[in-house]
Amino acid sequence: MERSEIFDKIQEILVDALAVDDDEVTNEATLIGDLGAESIDILDISFKLEQEFGFKIAQGELFPEGITQDPEYVEDGKVTPKGLALLKERVPHFNFAQLEADPSVENVAKIFTVDALVTFCDQKLQAA
Amino acid sequence: MRWMWIDRIVELMPKERMVAVKQISMAEEHLHDHFPSTDTRRAIPVMPMSLIVEGMAQTAGVLVGHAEGFKEKVVLAKVSKAQLTRDATPGCTLRYTATIEQFTSAGASTKGIVELIEPTAAGESTPEVIGHIDLLFSHLDQNMGGVEYPKDNFVFSESFKTLMQTSGIEANF
Repeated sequence: MERSEIFDKIQEILVDALAVDDDEVTNEATLIGDLGAESIDILDISFKLEQEFGFKIAQGELFPEGITQDPEYVEDGKVTPKGLALLKERVPHFNFAQLEADPSVENVAKIFTVDALVTFCDQKLQAA
Repeated sequence: MRWMWIDRIVELMPKERMVAVKQISMAEEHLHDHFPSTDTRRAIPVMPMSLIVEGMAQTAGVLVGHAEGFKEKVVLAKVSKAQLTRDATPGCTLRYTATIEQFTSAGASTKGIVELIEPTAAGESTPEVIGHIDLLFSHLDQNMGGVEYPKDNFVFSESFKTLMQTSGIEANF
């Protein structure tokens, strides 16, 4: 499936799950910041992606859980190199450039973009 | 019994679907305020739609909780869809059918149909579909933030056990 086709399906899902307009769902839009997603929406979006694309999503596979609350991976409000390595392993669909430049913990949510979601689905579909 | 908006479970297919009913009675106090008479019109006692959503949430919530033996604290996280097309008045029966759409360790999504059954001289009317309510439930202890809650399952209280017992369903939790 082409990325543009995946994007169209994801756009429809986000409009439905987050009650946003089509034009708000751009590749660069962040789910939590720009589109107003809350933690429960991540579960909702996971369910909708599973239904749409027919793959299974394990808990924490789409968005990292527990890492940013763990003192082993966050120090003084910044993700440690160990935390960053773990994030890369757990959520490889994220674009880490921004977080590498500024590892502030609030930037973890900022790199969860629509584009990352498209990459996630693309990788899952290719692995199937 | 507190805050129970279903009277009886009439069908339970574990991990799949549950049907529950609620009889609407004029004795329910909230109907006197929803809506009271004014200078220009008589009272209009109708079941508040928010409580119909709660009735579906209890039906679907019990279904989801039952799937894991009531070990999880199942909480309503999101009303994905709620459409109701007709008022439900005293004397009528609401029939809630909840179906599990997806179920994971983190929670579940359900689809629901609300039907209205009216009393008639010949008995009960054929159930009429008056709404669709789709919900999302979270298993509280599996929350993304890692927040810890008391061990005791405060969601499925004594009232739910009573409901299950009076519906003829085992409630050993």
